[in-house]
Amino acid sequence: MAHQEGVTADAGDSERVSLMNDPKVRGLVFQVLLIIAVIYLVYSGVTNAIDNLARAGIASGFGFFGERAGFDIGQSFIPYTNDSTYLRAFFVGLLNTMVVAVIGIFFATLIGFIVGLARLSKNYLVQKFATVYVETLRNIPLLLQLLFWYKAVLAILPSPRAGGLEPGVEVVFNLNNRGLYMPRIVPEGGAQFIAYALILAIVAWILIGRWAKKRQMATGQQFPVFLTGLGLFIFLPLIAYLVTGMPLSLEYASLQGFNMVGGWVIQPEFMALLLGLSLYTASFIAEIVRAGILAVSHGQSEAAFALGLRPNLTSRLVVVPQAMRVIIPPLTSQFLNLTKNSSLAVAIGYPDLVSIFGGTVLNQTGQAVEVISITMLVYLTLSLLTSAFMNWFNSSVALVER
Amino acid sequence: MNKKILSAVVGITAVAGLGATAASAATLDDVKAKGFVQCGVSTGLAGFSAPNDAGDWSGLDVDLCRGIAAAVFGDAKAVKFSPLSAKERFTALQSGEIDVLSRNTTWTMSRDTQLGLNFAGVNYYDGQGFMVRKSLGVNSALQLSGASVCVQTGTTTELNLTDYFKANGMTYNPVVFEKLEEVNAAYDANRCDVYTTDQSGLYSIRLGLSAPDEHMVLPEVISKEPLGPAVRQGDDQWFSIVKWVHFAMLNAEEMGVTSANADEMLNSTDPNVMRLLGKEGTFGEAIGLGNDWAYNVIKQVGNYGEVFERNVGASTPLAIGRGVNALWSKGGLQYAPPLR
Repeated sequence: MAHQEGVTADAGDSERVSLMNDPKVRGLVFQVLLIIAVIYLVYSGVTNAIDNLARAGIASGFGFFGERAGFDIGQSFIPYTNDSTYLRAFFVGLLNTMVVAVIGIFFATLIGFIVGLARLSKNYLVQKFATVYVETLRNIPLLLQLLFWYKAVLAILPSPRAGGLEPGVEVVFNLNNRGLYMPRIVPEGGAQFIAYALILAIVAWILIGRWAKKRQMATGQQFPVFLTGLGLFIFLPLIAYLVTGMPLSLEYASLQGFNMVGGWVIQPEFMALLLGLSLYTASFIAEIVRAGILAVSHGQSEAAFALGLRPNLTSRLVVVPQAMRVIIPPLTSQFLNLTKNSSLAVAIGYPDLVSIFGGTVLNQTGQAVEVISITMLVYLTLSLLTSAFMNWFNSSVALVER
Repeated sequence: MNKKILSAVVGITAVAGLGATAASAATLDDVKAKGFVQCGVSTGLAGFSAPNDAGDWSGLDVDLCRGIAAAVFGDAKAVKFSPLSAKERFTALQSGEIDVLSRNTTWTMSRDTQLGLNFAGVNYYDGQGFMVRKSLGVNSALQLSGASVCVQTGTTTELNLTDYFKANGMTYNPVVFEKLEEVNAAYDANRCDVYTTDQSGLYSIRLGLSAPDEHMVLPEVISKEPLGPAVRQGDDQWFSIVKWVHFAMLNAEEMGVTSANADEMLNSTDPNVMRLLGKEGTFGEAIGLGNDWAYNVIKQVGNYGEVFERNVGASTPLAIGRGVNALWSKGGLQYAPPLR
């Protein structure tokens, strides 16, 4: 009762209110306490680990990065030999992971969009096929699918020596259980001009697109941006190629001894991993795309038809932009999933980050705590970068509300 | 609400405080308290550690663990086995998940000094070799340049392979897997021309392939692979127990004490045998065990020669000769310090 009296009598007089009962102060105190507790927890965890490692006689620290690795890696996008350092082995693994993730995301999105649209198709066969695809692939664990693809790839393909190849004879394309062999493009002097021409063409394409949009806004006249751009994209590098005296040559693979030598090879481990990851993730993306399109009310397309827009323009200008804001956030999660799932590569012998760094390097150095923390940090960074990019993309396609 | 926050804070600090108390010290007491020895073995390497037809673990490495259990409890069955991949094995030992690692593990300096482990002897002297298909027409490892090689990650094998090809100016294409079964499957599917691991392992793996007769092990041995049990550093008593169980089995073979004649030998007047079987001296008590520790090992598991013949010797499908694993007195390397 006394408390109530005080409130009614001295409302607004803050001096009478005890600090304990001031919600602001109280909240602040507890937050500070919580932060101190968290900091202490992390601190004691780290010092505890260091103490225990020292007591158990286990070496620690990051000095191993500069040492010679001493093992070989089957696939590398940067120069690497067994004389390279552990740091370089780390980057080889990181690049292998990123390459399979980026290509996997590309194919998963492509297949996912096609299957998602197919599920909405009015064609009975197409629609049922898409349904079976989605329900089968998203309901079988990914690891099993990877093993299936790997065994399937290895079981079907012949070994290079059993494939009817003559030793030393060059072949353009060859698929055997050591990989898919293709000609490799070897650049010679002056080849950089072709790359410059390619970049120039892309920049010109973008600039023409902007100019055409501006002109259409101002005058209503349309411009064939796509055809012009494609023309530039093809002919500028071609002209550069001819002018610089054709500085590209092809290197073919041939059977020498046990294996194919030369050319450009996609290894079976990479093929199986890419197949497994893209097909699996595509089944989820298909459902996201279907949901996104169904989320746009039918009235929107009817209104567009009423305005005289053709079906093609209706979906491009009305349906898809509205579907995108529903599609993109869950799509981001799928991209992250695919990147993280690529760590299952270790089961089928693809030399990704977990296999090289979290496997071989961990074992040869024995520094589990350091290696595993770095591996986790890398996946965290990759995921955060992907999210940041997708958030930016999302905000650029979000509906502008007026 | 505030009470909840407060209790959360208290909880967190309590957890942090608990985490600060370190686990350590007497493995023997822990083992006795739980009633069995937790032994780290391979995921399946015939002759060394693999489940047999009856589903029981058997093999050379497994019998060492059974010997330890017999020494500690007088019961060779008081063992539980943890199958470990090459990659998992050291972490399992360091973290205390297992009491002893008996998993065809090579004793190297870096493992001995940097991983917080102690190697308690060598129960099999091995060396790395290569296995190929006979149809390749290869009869020396020096003809393997350009080949694809299947290998298990986290092994000394991976590094020896690199060194050997480098030293001989040859190239190869490594295909690396984490699990032994995956390496076997890939080699069987002809993903690789060559399979490399310790020679004893190659003989054992060859038996599991779809057509063992089509494969051969090349004669070259490219490395020293002393395989032995390992324990955690910092517990000398447990280290001694594991070490001396192995030595007791060797000494028993040297003295001619077997599982069959162990009871008879109890009446022996040879002071060496009397010390071994606990009739003289208190050697068992010195390492925290009963004086009949070695008797139990030999009676229930057998001496080294018996264990070798039973698991990998001439009468088994592996048919590996004693070779360098014969006793020192018979021209081999197996030598145990005297029990006195």
